[in-house]
Amino acid sequence: MQQLSAKKRKKPFPTHIVVFLAPATLLYTLFMIYPLLDSLRLSLFAPNGEGTEVFVGLQNYITLLTDQMWSARFWGALRNNFIFFLIHMFVQNPVGLLLAALLSRRALFARGTYRTVLFMPTMLSVVIVGFIWQLILSPLWGVAESIMGAVGIADLFQPWLGLESSALVTLALISVWQFIGIPMMLFYAALISIPEELIEAARVDGASNWTVFWRIKFPLILPTVGIVAILTYVGNFNAFDLIYTAQGALAGPNFSTDIMGTFFYRTFFGFQLQLGNPTMGATVAAMMFLIILLGVVAYLFGWQRRMTVYEV
Amino acid sequence: MKKTHNRGYKFSQYVLPQIILLAYTVLALFPIVLIIQNSLKTRKAIFKAPLTPPLPGTFSLEGYQTVFERSNFQLYFVNSLVVTVVSILLVLFLGAMAAYALAEYKFPGNTLLGLYLALGIMIPIRLGTVSILRLVVSMGLIDTLTALILVYSAQGLPLTIFVLQQFMQQVPRELKEAARIDGASEYRIFGLVLPLVRPAVATVAVFVMIPIWNDLWFPLILAPGEKTRTVTYGAQQFLGQFVSDWNAVLSSLTLAMIPILLLYILFSRQLIRGITAGAVK
Repeated sequence: MQQLSAKKRKKPFPTHIVVFLAPATLLYTLFMIYPLLDSLRLSLFAPNGEGTEVFVGLQNYITLLTDQMWSARFWGALRNNFIFFLIHMFVQNPVGLLLAALLSRRALFARGTYRTVLFMPTMLSVVIVGFIWQLILSPLWGVAESIMGAVGIADLFQPWLGLESSALVTLALISVWQFIGIPMMLFYAALISIPEELIEAARVDGASNWTVFWRIKFPLILPTVGIVAILTYVGNFNAFDLIYTAQGALAGPNFSTDIMGTFFYRTFFGFQLQLGNPTMGATVAAMMFLIILLGVVAYLFGWQRRMTVYEV
Repeated sequence: MKKTHNRGYKFSQYVLPQIILLAYTVLALFPIVLIIQNSLKTRKAIFKAPLTPPLPGTFSLEGYQTVFERSNFQLYFVNSLVVTVVSILLVLFLGAMAAYALAEYKFPGNTLLGLYLALGIMIPIRLGTVSILRLVVSMGLIDTLTALILVYSAQGLPLTIFVLQQFMQQVPRELKEAARIDGASEYRIFGLVLPLVRPAVATVAVFVMIPIWNDLWFPLILAPGEKTRTVTYGAQQFLGQFVSDWNAVLSSLTLAMIPILLLYILFSRQLIRGITAGAVK
């Protein structure tokens, strides 16, 4: 039947299919796919000093990974970015799961209000969030210090954003504060879609809330755990706004908060005395592309494949 | 004995969740409330007692005065609105058309094209910035809102097409076949299907809107001029200049937050229903 109707439609040229698909495909190709491919191409070129760019093979990559001036920054940014990601993975996502688990309880008082409020920071711009926390943590204003004083730990206060040892972790936690709404909502949506009968059956057998959650609910939402993990990974290796807002393009103090996004920006756009270098910038972008691709491939083949087996 | 067991059960069942959620609510709201209340106070009161709300003696709007005199917040706001609204309309309309074609028609390369269009879900468009900048310069679109709209539309399309395609596949075949028998054109049938996937469209709109409104990267690179500044970029610049004027900083932060917060509170019900709709269906 389906084949038949497909055959029937084949007769006149299907102009309408082209009309439906062409605008989106063209716009997407011109502003997304072409720039990505062109960036990869540019990463194999370098300016020759006369205003033109010449093919240099993998020279930019070799420079980036081995040249003293470049490699220290590159490996530093990559390391920081992994720390930034791991903090999201192991603070944001578990806390998001906890909040979602609590929110998805059937007899929860004021559920709608909690849902609305807990998702609120996610709606704000990263720039605004960055500034808000900068003010709160500022020793000049002393809000954080006086709150800590109220519980008797004022001595522990330090200008965390200004210290090399704590700036990156502080920024990661600020970002967690903002984006926790996303894993929370995804987990929440997955949890409330679990059929009630499954849970009731376990309850009848005398299972506690704890057991029900870890033995029944959690295994059922594993696909969402995977999605949250890969979204966190891609989002973090693409981060820029918060660091730029709070610490500037130099990602201070002493590059301790430099991640791939800020490194990419400085490289291709330039900062202070260093001129922008588009081809080296393209090389950094290509490395970011590779890192993100590795994550996505690991997710698709390492995780999602196992999931399908599990679901069957 | 049974009573204490009950009490413990009740505590873990009803009280503990409330305590945790309340604690997190305070953590989520405190920074926002702190900024808003202090934006309405005198400089002295901001530093002396940041945690108390504005009182008759400490109330002041001087920060807002500075912001309105020294910056173009109204203009930034209009720019952000234009960019976000036009991008969303483009994304939703073009995306829905493409999703419909992919879901409805069997043609050679259908699956491949679907995969091609979905690539952008996982690959951030920012990675192509060097070439996007060159492209925008060569088109003479640097420092225009058009450049931002085109880039954000391309950025939003992959997810939109992917999600809408799933939903459009669920629209009953009989409905479309019946319309075809009645002699409706393919465009007319698309018009019939579109309202049926409205909840999905709303969900997608939110996911596309937030990153556009809040983006700093592309305004910074493609449209840094004063006339094309968006709220996010404008606030970032203004805040950078007025770091030491706390009244102005707090007021501009409040001004940048309020529209989004109001919109969010007004539509949060639909919005959250939209986000969770995908799972429940």
